[in-house]
Amino acid sequence: MQPVATTFFFYFLSALALLGAVFVITRRNAVHSALALIVTLLALAGIYLMLYAPFVAGVQIILYAGGIMVLFLFVIMLVNLERAEKEKQFNQQWLIALVAAGGLGLLFVRVFTESKTVSGLLQKPLAQLAESTNTQQVGIALYGNYMLAFEIASLLLLVAIVGAVVMAKKRI
Amino acid sequence: MLTSITSYLHSNETPGAAGNMFWALLYILAIFLGLSIAVIAMNWLERKVLAHMQVRLGPMRVGPHGLLQPIADALKLLIKEDIMPAHADRLVFWMAPLITVLAAFTTFIVVPFGPTHAVTDMNIGILFMLGVSSLGVLGIVTAGWASNSHYPLIGSLRSSAQMVSYEVAMGLAVVSAVLMTSLHGTGVYGTGTTGSGTGTLSMIGIVKAQYDQQIWFAFKFFPLGLIAMFVFSVAMVAETNRAPFDLPEAESELTAGFHTEYSGFRWSLFFLAEYSAMIAVSSIAVTLWFGGWLRPFPNALTGATWDLLFSLFPGFSFLGLGALALLSAMRMPRHRMFKIQTIGLAGFGALLALIGLGLLVPPLRDRVQDIYWFVAKVAVFMYLYIWYRGTFPRYRFDQLMMVGWKILLPTALAALIATAVVGVF
Repeated sequence: MQPVATTFFFYFLSALALLGAVFVITRRNAVHSALALIVTLLALAGIYLMLYAPFVAGVQIILYAGGIMVLFLFVIMLVNLERAEKEKQFNQQWLIALVAAGGLGLLFVRVFTESKTVSGLLQKPLAQLAESTNTQQVGIALYGNYMLAFEIASLLLLVAIVGAVVMAKKRI
Repeated sequence: MLTSITSYLHSNETPGAAGNMFWALLYILAIFLGLSIAVIAMNWLERKVLAHMQVRLGPMRVGPHGLLQPIADALKLLIKEDIMPAHADRLVFWMAPLITVLAAFTTFIVVPFGPTHAVTDMNIGILFMLGVSSLGVLGIVTAGWASNSHYPLIGSLRSSAQMVSYEVAMGLAVVSAVLMTSLHGTGVYGTGTTGSGTGTLSMIGIVKAQYDQQIWFAFKFFPLGLIAMFVFSVAMVAETNRAPFDLPEAESELTAGFHTEYSGFRWSLFFLAEYSAMIAVSSIAVTLWFGGWLRPFPNALTGATWDLLFSLFPGFSFLGLGALALLSAMRMPRHRMFKIQTIGLAGFGALLALIGLGLLVPPLRDRVQDIYWFVAKVAVFMYLYIWYRGTFPRYRFDQLMMVGWKILLPTALAALIATAVVGVF
């Protein structure tokens, strides 16, 4: 099926993601921040769907739903909400942050104009990605070309799990 | 416009795949309506069946055999005062029931009621269902936190711990079913067909794989499919916070758990979400292990005669239900106080019989029987939910964690590895 109202959904989801992100850092209450983070992550999942990457979108929803749940537990158990309400939220490094953000923005603008005029990157028609076999292609890539990297990453995760158990349990 | 509406009637793909907006909306509305009716029916059935299991009569006053009790309950809930506790987090308190309801209903986009009867078929169908239904727990946790009260907070913490631990076992069980879509096995375990070797996550694709391999995945690689199915059906009870895993709302310890502070309409939203989530996970189980919409023995008993016989099933089961209702109407006490109830029950029986007669009409019969088999299989799981509640005592929390991590997780892992080994060699 042909996509409908692509531009509208792109701007809608982007605005949602940005709004959520702004709320994450400006809310004083950490639970509100976590909820705003979920909005951002779901909007990103929608953008992945628009990029014909349904598998990434689905994994994004599954992983971050569980992840946010753990974040909630952290907030409820570790953060003292009454004290956090009174604390100062921002540190005094806005000048450096402004320079860094401006630099990144300039880089983006430069890449955009450069690719439009010189190399013609944006004019090239993008390959039509097969939405219906997306998961299968991800699987073939992961277990074919990138087998070693995938296995190393899973070993790393295993080490992290064992480490967490060792740290958390006094007597094993 | 009109041609696109009528031309879809002969199409053999889902409205989402055909890009037909009108029928997609119609399917969404139909599913919404059907779910609401199912939740109402389930409410009545649960009270009735539980009562009969405990040698009581259950609701008998409102309508014949208490048939109108759910409507009376709904009215009571709607006119109840809507209370928000002092110092509750107003926004989050307001949002929490909405999150659970939205998550519970959104999953039904990909539920395949038939080869064409689904809103859409996604490439990531089963992943989408698991992901969105796990978002529902978020509503429960925020509800408990926002209530600014001790019991709800403990209930919601329990709920999140339970979800995190049981989702692992559930996911592994699902993966072993997804593996079965591509693995065919040899020797004793061979299914007699050879496939392309690539599996699928799409809900419709999984059911079609079961048809092609001529076996329900519950019985494939015996007993590995059954083990995975068992792990899933335990984990799904825990995921939906139902007895014997209903610790987040354990009424003997936490009054009502996470929804203690909710009343009226907001509470009824939680109720609606809980039952829709139960139906959603039951339909995952039916799709993955019990052949989804396929009728019994679609490969062994083929031919026009068998097709006709099985397509008569929906109509005749409705006719049977109607006859049962009429029989009960005849057995009502002959007294003028029961006159309206008797007439009502007879009318209900006549309605069921009329639906049954309607389902016998040939074009409708062929179109609807997929839905009938799917719903019948889901109904078995829903009955099991009631049965569990009537028979099992509630687990203690440490026992719940032990079952999740020390029994279900290793079992699911072993079943997954064994499925892969058996399938490849």
